[in-house]
Amino acid sequence: MKKLSARRRHPAAALVVLLLALACTGGLYAVFAPADKAQADETAQSLTIEEGKKLYAVDCASCHGTGGQGTSDGPSLVGVGAAAVDFQVGTGRMPAATSQGAQIPRKKPVYTQAEIDALAAYVASLGAGPAIPAESQYSPEGADIAKGGELFRNNCAQCHNFTGKGGALTHGKYAPNLEDVDPKHIYEAMLTGPQNMPSFPDSTLSEQNKKDIIAYLDEVNSQDTENPGGLELGGLGPVSEGLFGWIFGLGGLIAVAVWVAARTAKAKKS
Amino acid sequence: MSTNTSTQPRSRGKAPAGERVADWADGRLGIYSLAKANMRKIFPDHWSFMLGEICLYSFIIIILTGVYLTLFFHPSMNEVEYHGSYIPMQGQLMSEAYASTLRISFDVRGGLLIRQIHHWAAVVFLAGMFVHMMRVFFTGAFRKPREINWLFGFLLFVLGMFTGFTGYSLPDDLLSGTGVRFTQGAILSVPIVGTYISMFLFGGEFPGTDFVARFYSIHILLLPGIMLGLVVGHLILVFYHKHTQFAGPGRTNKNVVGMPLLPVYMAKAGGFFFLVFGFIALIAGIASINPIWNLGPYRPDMVSTGAQPDWYMGFAEGLVRAMPGWEINFWGHTLVLGVFIPLVLFGLFLGVIALYPFIESWVTGDKREHHILDRPRNAPTRTAFGVAWVTGYMIMLIGGGNDIIATHFNLSINAVTWFVRIGFFAGPVVAFIITKRICLGLQRRDREKVLHGRESGIIKRLPHGEFIEVHEPLSQEALYTLTAHEQYKPVEIGPTVDEHGVERKVKGTEKLRAKLSKAYYGEESQIPKPTVEEYNEITSGHGHH
Repeated sequence: MKKLSARRRHPAAALVVLLLALACTGGLYAVFAPADKAQADETAQSLTIEEGKKLYAVDCASCHGTGGQGTSDGPSLVGVGAAAVDFQVGTGRMPAATSQGAQIPRKKPVYTQAEIDALAAYVASLGAGPAIPAESQYSPEGADIAKGGELFRNNCAQCHNFTGKGGALTHGKYAPNLEDVDPKHIYEAMLTGPQNMPSFPDSTLSEQNKKDIIAYLDEVNSQDTENPGGLELGGLGPVSEGLFGWIFGLGGLIAVAVWVAARTAKAKKS
Repeated sequence: MSTNTSTQPRSRGKAPAGERVADWADGRLGIYSLAKANMRKIFPDHWSFMLGEICLYSFIIIILTGVYLTLFFHPSMNEVEYHGSYIPMQGQLMSEAYASTLRISFDVRGGLLIRQIHHWAAVVFLAGMFVHMMRVFFTGAFRKPREINWLFGFLLFVLGMFTGFTGYSLPDDLLSGTGVRFTQGAILSVPIVGTYISMFLFGGEFPGTDFVARFYSIHILLLPGIMLGLVVGHLILVFYHKHTQFAGPGRTNKNVVGMPLLPVYMAKAGGFFFLVFGFIALIAGIASINPIWNLGPYRPDMVSTGAQPDWYMGFAEGLVRAMPGWEINFWGHTLVLGVFIPLVLFGLFLGVIALYPFIESWVTGDKREHHILDRPRNAPTRTAFGVAWVTGYMIMLIGGGNDIIATHFNLSINAVTWFVRIGFFAGPVVAFIITKRICLGLQRRDREKVLHGRESGIIKRLPHGEFIEVHEPLSQEALYTLTAHEQYKPVEIGPTVDEHGVERKVKGTEKLRAKLSKAYYGEESQIPKPTVEEYNEITSGHGHH
């Protein structure tokens, strides 16, 4: 302790205390921060439209109305189709915690796929709409990646960035990052146009085109994507590159300069 | 020169090879006297004096790697179908420029590494120049006789920006194409001549088929040629003026204390070059930059979000993003103020820092030579001005990346833009005031340290029970260093009535100058440094307090 107290006026003492304080705060935060709660998995049962209706009454009716007719808190679901339900509930966006806020974020899904199917069946029964696509429709197998890239740059990159890393929209809204989004959900999003996204029905973007886009995203923006250049720095372009260049490039070189300057052939330290 | 040494007969065998080569060269080039005069040239030692070296070396690295890239790059906008080794581009139509950049990245041996070294070195070069410039600014190294060299450096920074811009536009990818379109828009916004300049530069309507070839000439020949000349001039002037140094015992305005160029600095600088090269190569080996294969070929009907220029043009991007889209229409003409005002501000904002040495010397009336550097705290107004300038610059960088900041900090892009709009005006003012207060605070601390010594943290109890903290007196060297700076008096207007009682008319500029000078050196802008009398008075008494 004596050693410590003798050094408490050392020029570097403030820095050391600051670093310790930061480390403590960070550590405490990591310990006490609320962890994501795991959702209880319910066993899948054979759920019918009736059962979907029951689920709907519990979690959806408060905003979308008891018959899916919509309220001031949520839009009508008549005619949105099973694909919209599968996308919204399957990506965890629905049920939403609140209708306030700029945009409803992607979350861990609350329901099992069987329950989602039941919900989708119920909503589809309210009015005709796009159905959940079959795997053969959205699977990236046998699609033209290069064509998909061209289509993506032409139709999607304005909001989602070159390789689907996401981007900002007005007033806190955003186009989300598409990394490792289930191909089925990408297909459904194109089909139904959730939230701020325009919809791309088959008359605008053919089934094959959608497949190409999915294949392109699978190639350039998934966990398995290889980046030939090394760290991709978020794939965000010059902003993150500039930041990296300043902090690690120039920062590192200044550190080297300080090191070189400190090692000088001097007779007496001046 | 010593042309006759080689003709003298040698009694003890032949001279060593090195000496003979040196003799041979000296007889023809006369390098002996040149070397004799300069090899022992003294340079002072401080890490911040090596910032310029980082710039010089990264410039050399850029030239070396750039030469390699020219061997494989085709500066042509002819449309070709891609059939190289990168799968997601198979069969796509693209310009030869883009196709050859893909080839460099995937099929030329070492191509991608060299490309990344070239680009990272450019990012570091510009960042290095920025920091080097700020070092020179904050230490007052731009004062007489170095104003011209300051301008050389400033020109290098600006030319570097445009060399960078023309360089990253060459691959003709979707990102850089958007940047070229942005630039064309800025050119078009210039009243009267804008459309003509645009047509001239692009050889017709945008994008045309010429700009890659033209940017290529500008990027590899015109701008680097001028820059190389400026770099040489910059270095010659550094040699001629000698390097500045920080104040310290034995260091005066008339000497340079440090190490000789040969052998010490030759070894250090040479070694440092390889460290810089190695470090940038390491960065280039680890982190990807401008992955053009992800961006796709440029087509004027496409655009991506997150389309930003490299950081050194981010300031201009921010100005345009923050500016409201004002427009005036009259008699069938459109004046796009939303782009033209940012373009003017871009020039003015950079111009202010370029002309600052002349402004300061006019305000302070100081026309003497300065070879001793200021500590930033001892020139509070200049330091505060510099920090205000950097603050404005940084706020515009934030503006340039407003969308990335919005998505990554969960903010509204509109809120970020409004922050930037207000911050551009308020930020520099706040930064100015705060910096000045901090400088004055540090001056007070220096004064306190000189007069009372350093707080040691040792608490002593006196026999009668009083507790005191022991202050350690500073060494003579430290005392000198802390009090070596000069403190100036503000420029006065002078008597307005001459000896005959005739009133002289005081010009407006004179009044302005006196006012500014007071802001620089008035009572509120510097803390009087301790005098010898004050020091003696306090240290002669034995009590510490």
